[in-house]
Amino acid sequence: MVFVLRSLWVVLQHMFRKRETYRYPEEKAPLPPRWRGRIVLARDPDGGERCVACYLCAVSCPVDCIALQATEDDQGRRYPDWFRINFSRCIYCGLCEEACPTYAIQLIPDYEMSEYRRDKLVYEKEHLLIEGPGKYPHYNFYREAGVSVGVKDPGESREEEPPVDIRSLLP
Amino acid sequence: MATIWIDGVSYEADPSRNLLAVILELGFDLPYFCWHPALGSIGACRQCAITQFRGEDDHQGQVVMACMTPAAEGARVSIDHASAATLRKSVIEWLMVSHPHDCPVCDEGGECHLQDMTVMAGHTYRRSRLPKRTYISQDLGPLIGHEMNRCIQCYRCVRFYREYAGGHDLQAMGTRDRIYFGRYQDGPLESEFAGNLVEICPTGVFTDKTQARHYTRKWDLQTAPSICTHCGVGCNINPGERYGALRRVRARYHGAVNGYFLCDRGRYGYEFESSDRRIRVPLAPRGEQNQAEELSVQAAVTRVAKILTSSRRVIGVGSPRATIESNYALQRLVGADGFFHAACAEEHRSSLAALDALREGPSRSPALREIERCDAVVVLGEDLTQSAPMMALAIRQAALAIPRSVAERQGIPPWHDAAIRESVQSARGPVFLLSPAPTKLDDLATRVYRKTPRAIAAAGQAIARALDPQVPALAGDEMDRAGIEEIARALTVAERPLVVAGSGTASEAVINAAANLAWATSAAREDDRAAELAYALPWANSAGLSLLGGAPLDEALAAAERGEVDAAIILESDLDRIAGPGPAERFLGQVRHAVVLDHIAHPTAARADVVLPAATFAEGHGHLVNSEGRAQRQMAVFSPDEPIRESWRWLREAMMLAGYDEADSWTGAEAIAEAAARDHPALARLPDAQLSADFRLGGAKVARAPHRYSGRAAAKLHLNVLEPTPPRDNDSPLEFSMEGSPVLPPGKIETTFWAPGWSSPQALTRFQEEIDGPLRGGDPGVRLIEPAGEPFAYRDVALSAPSPELAPTPVVAAFGSEELSALAPGIAALAPRAFLELNPRDAASLGLADDDVVSVRARGASARLSVRLEPGRAQGTAGIPLGLEDIPVALSFAGELITGS
Amino acid sequence: MTTGGQIVVIIMIMGGALSLAAGLIWVERRLLGLWQDRYGPNRVGPFGILQPLADAIKLLFKEDWSPPFADRSVFLIAPAVIFATALLSLAVVPVAPGIGVVAEWNVGLLFFLAMASLGAYSVILGGWASNSKYSLLGGLRAAAQMLSYEVFMGLSLAGVVVLAGSFSLAEIVRAQADLWYVVPQFLGFVVFLIAGLAETRRLPFDLPESETELIAGFHTEYSGMSFGLFFVGEYIGIITISALITTFFLGGWHGPLLPPLVWFLLKTLVLIAVFVLFRAAMPRPRFDQLMAWGWKILLPITLINLLVTGAVVALP
Repeated sequence: MVFVLRSLWVVLQHMFRKRETYRYPEEKAPLPPRWRGRIVLARDPDGGERCVACYLCAVSCPVDCIALQATEDDQGRRYPDWFRINFSRCIYCGLCEEACPTYAIQLIPDYEMSEYRRDKLVYEKEHLLIEGPGKYPHYNFYREAGVSVGVKDPGESREEEPPVDIRSLLP
Repeated sequence: MATIWIDGVSYEADPSRNLLAVILELGFDLPYFCWHPALGSIGACRQCAITQFRGEDDHQGQVVMACMTPAAEGARVSIDHASAATLRKSVIEWLMVSHPHDCPVCDEGGECHLQDMTVMAGHTYRRSRLPKRTYISQDLGPLIGHEMNRCIQCYRCVRFYREYAGGHDLQAMGTRDRIYFGRYQDGPLESEFAGNLVEICPTGVFTDKTQARHYTRKWDLQTAPSICTHCGVGCNINPGERYGALRRVRARYHGAVNGYFLCDRGRYGYEFESSDRRIRVPLAPRGEQNQAEELSVQAAVTRVAKILTSSRRVIGVGSPRATIESNYALQRLVGADGFFHAACAEEHRSSLAALDALREGPSRSPALREIERCDAVVVLGEDLTQSAPMMALAIRQAALAIPRSVAERQGIPPWHDAAIRESVQSARGPVFLLSPAPTKLDDLATRVYRKTPRAIAAAGQAIARALDPQVPALAGDEMDRAGIEEIARALTVAERPLVVAGSGTASEAVINAAANLAWATSAAREDDRAAELAYALPWANSAGLSLLGGAPLDEALAAAERGEVDAAIILESDLDRIAGPGPAERFLGQVRHAVVLDHIAHPTAARADVVLPAATFAEGHGHLVNSEGRAQRQMAVFSPDEPIRESWRWLREAMMLAGYDEADSWTGAEAIAEAAARDHPALARLPDAQLSADFRLGGAKVARAPHRYSGRAAAKLHLNVLEPTPPRDNDSPLEFSMEGSPVLPPGKIETTFWAPGWSSPQALTRFQEEIDGPLRGGDPGVRLIEPAGEPFAYRDVALSAPSPELAPTPVVAAFGSEELSALAPGIAALAPRAFLELNPRDAASLGLADDDVVSVRARGASARLSVRLEPGRAQGTAGIPLGLEDIPVALSFAGELITGS
Repeated sequence: MTTGGQIVVIIMIMGGALSLAAGLIWVERRLLGLWQDRYGPNRVGPFGILQPLADAIKLLFKEDWSPPFADRSVFLIAPAVIFATALLSLAVVPVAPGIGVVAEWNVGLLFFLAMASLGAYSVILGGWASNSKYSLLGGLRAAAQMLSYEVFMGLSLAGVVVLAGSFSLAEIVRAQADLWYVVPQFLGFVVFLIAGLAETRRLPFDLPESETELIAGFHTEYSGMSFGLFFVGEYIGIITISALITTFFLGGWHGPLLPPLVWFLLKTLVLIAVFVLFRAAMPRPRFDQLMAWGWKILLPITLINLLVTGAVVALP
């Protein structure tokens, strides 16, 4: 009996506590930088598209709301011909960001994207691509990779030796 | 059967196999790189290490390579033992030291054997901080990409390319850790089988360049069992589709036909499917003011029905590249006497003669894998590498049969590739080639004879006569006695002799002579068995069309000439390409109405009244019959956009409107196949070629797409935000989505070939009943033709009268001769220019030199070709390329040179 | 009182109860918000006061769907029953001296108990007619819970009746002019409060609808305004029980300074707030705990209470 009264008293005391609610939209909640909101496609520090259209985001998406088509430029650099995210299906789980090997796809602290029409929630590449590198300012996938694709010559990646001379017979 | 112990558990194993094969067959995971079921073991990569124990009491054991150790009776091994597991982990770590950080942009990613094996061996993080070794990669042409940085030096590529497929221009170069696999300089790989490197390479050194333009990962591809439509061999393929277009074609294992491999025509020809020339809507090419006019389905069908009801005599031109179903529907529509083949007379006669020979005599037509096991081969006339490449690859293996058996008598196990190569050296089994011009098989031939088609037929008959004196003698035999005796003897002593011919010499006589030769061996042999007899028919359904019966195109042209034809329905063929623009135009002018059903626009279609968009092999269901006489089912890979549908469905709709009640019963692909089977006794077993549409696994159909197919809530949303339901498939046990039974289906309808831990094509071992054996649950397809056996009557070899004119012989090009594959940009880039190939002496006597332009003419068609001198070509023949640059096919078979003016 | 006056009283009480019930929706949500450190509805009208109106409009415009597998007639009647019985119970409550529908009725208390029993049918029938497993389980729980707690509810009032010597609620109030029965009948008061919670299926005793396990229990299949009737019926139930506790134990309209009607309303509203506080503070027990509590603790307590009260009254 006493514990019931005690509970009631404890709850009653909350009448005089400060309220936790943010009165959105007049008052906005401060969001941490890794908050998982709207998805963007970032660029590398050179300004090139970071996305290499590897399809890992699409395959990691538990609701299958990412679709894209890879293509190549004449240097062989892979990029998405088109890239579509259906935000009316997206659950903002961040698995695509987790899967992305190039830091291209990033979830940003923006959730204010309500629409009255579902089709306006289907974002194409031009809606997704941003100008900067987003959360990871220094990473440049093609400087790490083995392929050249016009970004560098063979052997010029970080931690690469110059190309071997296959005609050499030296031991 | 031997008893072996793996990790303390006893298993039955075939002692003629190595432990790696046995372990994989039993379903264990053991990483490996250099071993391949078709290539054997060399023990180079050191990845398949296991621990072998001396006996029950030995707990230390010694590390051995599973692929180099026979599954001997009583062998005790451990996969999990720490010493082997640690070694495996270290080996993969060493291999990965210089492997680039490429997976996201590597086309192999997601089906990479190296990825699988890295995970399987347990190597997770790269500890090495050493800089990575790099190479300069090469441009290997329009079909294959090259990225040497990814190489792990397993040697599989050169072993396949040089030793298995007989290529010359891919080598292992360099020393030390600088080993390089490539050509001596940039340039397209010359072998017709180079595309297999994509699947042979355990990682992404060799990649599919055509796929790179519209790259899609394996897990995103919708696939279905299908059959290659680019030649008569009937290789099984797995085409992959995404977003309504084909993305690639991969070899689909078939235990009896193509095994693991595919030729480049079959692998890269698929791009015709998304060619600019695709017909996607019904058209009236000669609409208002001769402007092409798009028609609705209703309007198009009504127009066709009106043509059918208003015409007195309607004929149909069936196609050797269309399915049995479509040809059958057309044959029922026009009647047996109004049904013609889109093939010129020579090709038509050859195909019919070949089928008759296979049915009448004692010789069985071998499947490709059976050809591989033949130990004496005579090829009459055909350039197999170009006309039926996979058959040439099989003969390449057959040439090793006797040398290999010698090695086996020395006690070398059959899988011990390195030792066998050492034993075999350059020995090749008896292979005799009689051909009008050099072929790529010449390098392995015991003896090569250059002869005119007429002389080849005569020689074949002469050898047959040497085997069996009852074979009628022929005049015109130019072959020396010693040569005849040699071949006859080889056919007599061999375990499994084989005679090969084809329609590529444009000579029915060669076909018949080959039959007589094969049959005559039974008289000379102790076991009375006739040699096996393989024909290479030119197109995917040449055999099936011939089984339906019908007259050649020339007779249709003649009938039209006589004014007997009111309307023609032309099924999936370009008459301009066969008969030449002149005769085709004349024909279409003489018939009052023409209806064309095809996938691609061509001049014939442009002159028709109505053109209907037909489904390609990837878009519809149907059966094809290959040269062996095996009926195989193509299943639709994806459902095409409206209004594209199979030709027979168009015909059915028009027939129903025009009052042909029979068409009512063709309610689906299976119903019409069953109708064809009822009507044609030769096709009676057609419906057995695949599982029927009511097949269910645990109440569910089988998914075409892998379970991790992505993007279905976004793929088509730019068109409509309401996600579309996948189309239904009532014609097969497959579903157009990733939704299907979770149970593994029988191998014949397996679509993805993926097993846990095995994402690469090497997952196949999980789907075979035994390594290299049939698919689990049996291979698909059914043989329609079996030999009649004894008694038989030798076929009449009718030689044409000797003539001073040069005999036209078609020159088939693997790239370019086939109509559809030639539309694929990659194939087109490698297709040779049209030419006229002459022996220099013939050219000199005609006063011709290299690059002179000559007119060639046949039956109203003509072309101007530039002369190419080929000293290896038999005198008295003129090589005219088949189908290159729209040269009418009739010219290749019957062209006369117009010289002197 | 004239017939006309009586009709005015009836309309006033009914209308008052209904608008109070509607207001309660807002009050409860605001109070819960207050006790849970948040705001509650504060957007529609000043302080969100028009929220019930918005809710009502929403409910009215929602499709009133009855599932095809339901027993349709019973399904439709069930919510009306609870609404009607809860409202009818109010008829016997004297809100002020001489004001009440049938406050002087000499079986008023029995009538209330009868109505409470009838109310159980609504929930049972609703759960059964929905023909779905969650609803049926909810209905079963409601049957067991309401039948059990009715016993203690009736017994807990026996002491009051013994003291007042009447079943008429007006009489009972008048008998408390000097001493509210909460003092002599403290045990009765506590048991009645608990039984009242159980009878109105309010937290912590909302096991018939417990969202976490039975989705929404007996009204899982209800939508639109028929759900709304259950909803409003529950609030009227709260008002009724609060008004009755006031009447039976807290001296009804008695109180200094303020007019009797105000006293009555004040006490009732405080009790309603206590009901909401229970919801804010108490977790839901397991069903077996609920039953054990009732039969093993409350029943002995009420019997002892009755015995002692009887003894005290009987002794000179």
